[in-house]
Order: sequence, then structure tokens, then C-alpha cells
Amino acid sequence: MSSNSVSGWLGDVAALTRRNILGLRRSPEVVMFSIMQPVLFVLMFNAVYGGAVAIQGGDYTNFLMAGIFAQTMVFSSLISGITMAEDISKGIVDRFRSLPMHPSAILVARSLADLLVGVCSIVGMLITGLIVGWRWNGGLGALLAGIGMLLLFAWALSWLMIALGTFLSGSQATQGAGMLIVMPLSFLSNAFVPIESFRGWLRVFVEWNPVSALVQCVRGLFGNLGTAPVPQVWPLLHPAPATIGYAVIAAALFGAAAQAAFRHRLSR
Amino acid sequence: MSFIDAQELRKIYQTRSGPVRALDGLSLDIEQGQVVALLGPNGAGKTTTVKILTTLARPDGGSARVAGHDVVRDAAAVRRLIGASGQYAAVDEDLTGRENLELVGRLYQLGRREARRRAAELLEQFQLAESADRPVRGLSGGQRRRIDLAGALVVDPPVLFLDEPTTGLDPSARAALWDVIRERVHAGVTLLLTTQYLEEADRLADRIFVIDRGRVLATGTADDLKARVGGLRVEVTVANDDDLPRLSDAVAALTPNDTVVHDRTITAALPDPAGALLRIIRCAQDAGVELHDAGVRRPTLDDAFLALTRREGVA
Ligand SMILES: Nc1ncnc2c1ncn2[C@@H]1O[C@H](COP(=O)(O)OP(=O)(O)OP(=O)(O)O)[C@@H](O)[C@H]1O
Ligand SMILES: [Mg+2]
Repeated sequence: MSSNSVSGWLGDVAALTRRNILGLRRSPEVVMFSIMQPVLFVLMFNAVYGGAVAIQGGDYTNFLMAGIFAQTMVFSSLISGITMAEDISKGIVDRFRSLPMHPSAILVARSLADLLVGVCSIVGMLITGLIVGWRWNGGLGALLAGIGMLLLFAWALSWLMIALGTFLSGSQATQGAGMLIVMPLSFLSNAFVPIESFRGWLRVFVEWNPVSALVQCVRGLFGNLGTAPVPQVWPLLHPAPATIGYAVIAAALFGAAAQAAFRHRLSR
Repeated sequence: MSFIDAQELRKIYQTRSGPVRALDGLSLDIEQGQVVALLGPNGAGKTTTVKILTTLARPDGGSARVAGHDVVRDAAAVRRLIGASGQYAAVDEDLTGRENLELVGRLYQLGRREARRRAAELLEQFQLAESADRPVRGLSGGQRRRIDLAGALVVDPPVLFLDEPTTGLDPSARAALWDVIRERVHAGVTLLLTTQYLEEADRLADRIFVIDRGRVLATGTADDLKARVGGLRVEVTVANDDDLPRLSDAVAALTPNDTVVHDRTITAALPDPAGALLRIIRCAQDAGVELHDAGVRRPTLDDAFLALTRREGVA
């Protein structure tokens, strides 16, 4: 790319991101539900498991919050896929594609706009968490680092959903297929219960699940780990590099997949 | 080579019930500055042709060039030269008409201020000033359509592709659209459009391609096509349905082929139409058949279209 086309690309990304944000603002239901859902989860899990799950050297509310944060990021990535599929099925992407713009800007703008939804739901959760008694034990820097990790992960996962949405090109199908991915990813992890509660092959899945690394990392940064021994697997022993590694690999892999799907599926 | 040049385009859609041949060796040659209409029945392949020429679909065979740029290999160059509006309005429902047009301007790499100025100008031209600042979600079908069309004209591109541009527009909006487009044509724009209103093609197109089943059946000016279906024709309309068979037999006796009966009207192409008309009227009088209307008229583009695209098994 010449410098001229780099600035052209940035201009395209900026114009489309603005368009996507305007769209989210005009359909506030999407954002509202994506904030209400984690709030509900915080209240529900706290009530259901609060008395039942013992956390060594800590309490469940503190343990739970990092898990809910992570789960929310996973679920909100679905929005990227669904809106992408909607734009395709309504012919809007075709309209953009007949313009002299950079097609990759459509995908990048999608992933960026939905980060904003992530930020909104994080704010909603922080407030709810503080109300139900969650406290983070660390500096403001650690808290912000944890939020940064969450957003990085959300951004990376949104590429998977964008690829899926582009490939399926229908919002219903994308929602269905996306659910099949986000449910096991968030529930078969250490988000809601300690990793010791899983046995056998399931335990192996949980240990290597990228969401587990993210939760471990954020829980550590928030100072909510308790005193339980860390499982002896690499991603959980080194959760920060593991999370960044998973995110970079996912963004690269699914970013390329989304581009390929965009090129091949759409010009059939 | 022509300005828009398509050679033997083929496009096959794979569907659950088997492959569908949307284009089956379709060729077009369009000179710069021409206004060309694609005519054809539903499913003929008009939209598919437009999609290939606007780089949205890839042909399975053949090739096409717009201003010398291959639509597959130099798609980016083609996109810089064209403005396009598809058969179905593709506007963002959450944005207002103004925001939609400004966005298109920005994606054509216009500056912020220029994009805004251009959007305002187009909204005015398309009589959309009043609804310009409401989200498109709440606009009527024709209003959306006009925003979509305005999107194709944001940067004065030298080539325009409009797929059924006037479908769903009221007469005044249609007239306004044609004013805008005529202006562009005067400025030298090359325009390819599809339409189901043959009268429109008749009045506006320099050249018509009649296509069906993915191939070009005939091409020429509207007059060329009309001439192909013969000269003047006699048309008589009976007052009562019951009289129709008696009179149509009489007309068929005068001309063995090319008699069309539709509703209560009999149309026939005859070598001596004035004489034939007299004989038919006399024959009706003798038989006591009451005539509602009778006359000689020139073939219309509709006649040509129907004659060219008449399919076996389909009326
Ligand atoms: N995406 C698709 N998948 C499968 N078949 C398709 C697809 N698009 C078009 N076709 C088929 O290809 C043929 C040509 O369609 P096309 O849309 O080009 O027709 P058209 O001339 O524009 O018709 P209309 O006047 O109804 O708009 C039709 O038989 C249609 O069913
Ligand atoms: Mg069509």
C-alpha cells in the first residue's frame, strides 16, 4: 500500500466505524441487552453458587467477577457476526463493494465498533459488581490492564464471529452457529467454578480453553485468585502471555478467514 | 473494443435443486456516451449481468471490460469509474438519508465537507429534503429507492448502472429521476439500465438489448426492433365476448399467421392494413357483431418484446 492508500484505508475505516456506531446508537436494544445480560448473570450466579462453591482463601463474589467479565466479552463478540451477516443479507455490503473503497475496511470497522459495546458492558458490570460487594485488590493500573486484556480478547474473538457471519451470510444462522461456539467456550472454563470441579478429558479442555487463560489472567490482575494452587499447565501458569498469544493467533487466523470468506463467498 | 464490452458471459448458480444457468453466452458492446436498456422477462439474467459488470459477481465463463478494465482482474479500477444502484434498495436503515449519502461520498474518498455538500444537493434534486433527516427505517419504499439511486450519482461517475431504477417510483419522482439522468447523459455519461417499462426504454435508450434465458435475442434501436415484428397492424375490439370467435375466424381467414387475441381485442399484422380493416368492419357488420373500437396502429415495443421473447408453453 502506498501512503496515499493507507490514508484512504484509514478514512474508509473511520467512516464505516462511525456508521456502525451510529447504527448501534439507533438500535439501543442491542447494546442495552448486552449490558443487562451480564448484570443478570452477576446477580444470578452470585445467588445460586454463592453459598455452594467454596473458594479457597477467598469468596465467591470476588472469584466470580473475572469470570463474568470474560463471559460477557465472549458473548458480545456474537454481535459482530450477527450485524455482519445482516449487512450482507440486506445488500449493504454489496453497495459498499461497488464503491472504490478497501473491502477489508468493512471488516475492520465492524470489529472496532463492537469494541465499544464491550466497553459499555464492562462499565455496567463494574458498577453491578461493586454493588454486590466485589472488590479488586490491586492498583488502578492492574484494573485497567485487566480491562485491556478483556477488550483484546473480545476483539480477537469478534474476528471469528465476523468470519462466521460472512460465511453464513444470514443473521439467524450466524446467531445459532455462534451460540454453539460461545456456550462451551464460556461454560467449560474456570469462569464460574474452580477448575478442580472438572474431571478427565473435560478437565484437559478446560485447562487449554483460551477463556480459562483469560479468566486466570484477569482474576490475577484483579487480585481475586484466592490461595488455591494453580493447575500445572502452561497457559494457566503464564496466563498473560497465553492470553495475548491466543488473541493474536485468533485475530490473525480468523481475520484471514474472514477476508477469504468475504472474497470468495460474496462474489459467487 | 467497445467502452463496455462483454464477451460470452456465463454464470451458473448452484442451487439445491441443481444448477441454474443465469447467463449462457451473453455478449454486449456499448459505445461511450450511449444509453442502453436491457429488456427481458423475469429471470432473463438482467440483474446477473449488471452484477458482473459492477464487479459484484464473478462470471463462470467469458469476460467483460468497462472502459478497458477487466471486471475481475481490475475490479478496483472499474469501481472508480462506476456508479451503481441495484434492483433492491440497499440503504442503511439505521442511518438517515443524508447520512447514507454522506457515507457513500466518504467511501468515494470525498472530503467531509464535499461529501456533505453533495449529499444536500442530491437530496434536493431527488425531492427528499423533507425526509432527509429521518432514519431510513421509517421511510416509504419509493423514498428509499430514491436515496439508493442518489447514491449512484454521488461523484458524477462516467459510467452508470441502474437496475430497474424507476420501479416503485411515483410519476413525479420518475420524471425527476429522468431529468437528473438526462443531465448526466448530456454530460457524456454512459448508462446501462434495465427496466420493465418498455415505453421508458423506447423514449430514452439509444440502443436496446432484448435478453432471455441468459442470451441476447436481439439488439438495435427501438425502431429496429419494432420493424422486426412487421409493419402496421390492424386491431379490433368487440363489444361482447360472445362475438369474439366469429370475428377472429374471419380475421384469421384474411391472414393465416400472426393473429393475436387478447381479452376482447384481435391484433393482426397484414400486408394491406387499411384494406383489411375495411373488410373486417364490413364482415362484422354483415354478421351483426358490435365493434367497440377498430383501427390501424404501428407496432409498439411491447409487440416486439412479446414476439421476441414468446416461449413455448408460455402465453
Ligand atoms: N443468488 C442466486 N442463486 C440462485 N439462482 C439465482 C441467483 N440469482 C439469480 N438466480 C437465477 O438466475 C436467473 C437470472 O436471474 P436475474 O436476477 O439475473 O434475472 P432478472 O432478469 O434480473 O429478473 P427480474 O426481471 O425478475 O429482476 C434466474 O433464473 C434466477 O432464478
Ligand atoms: Mg433483476
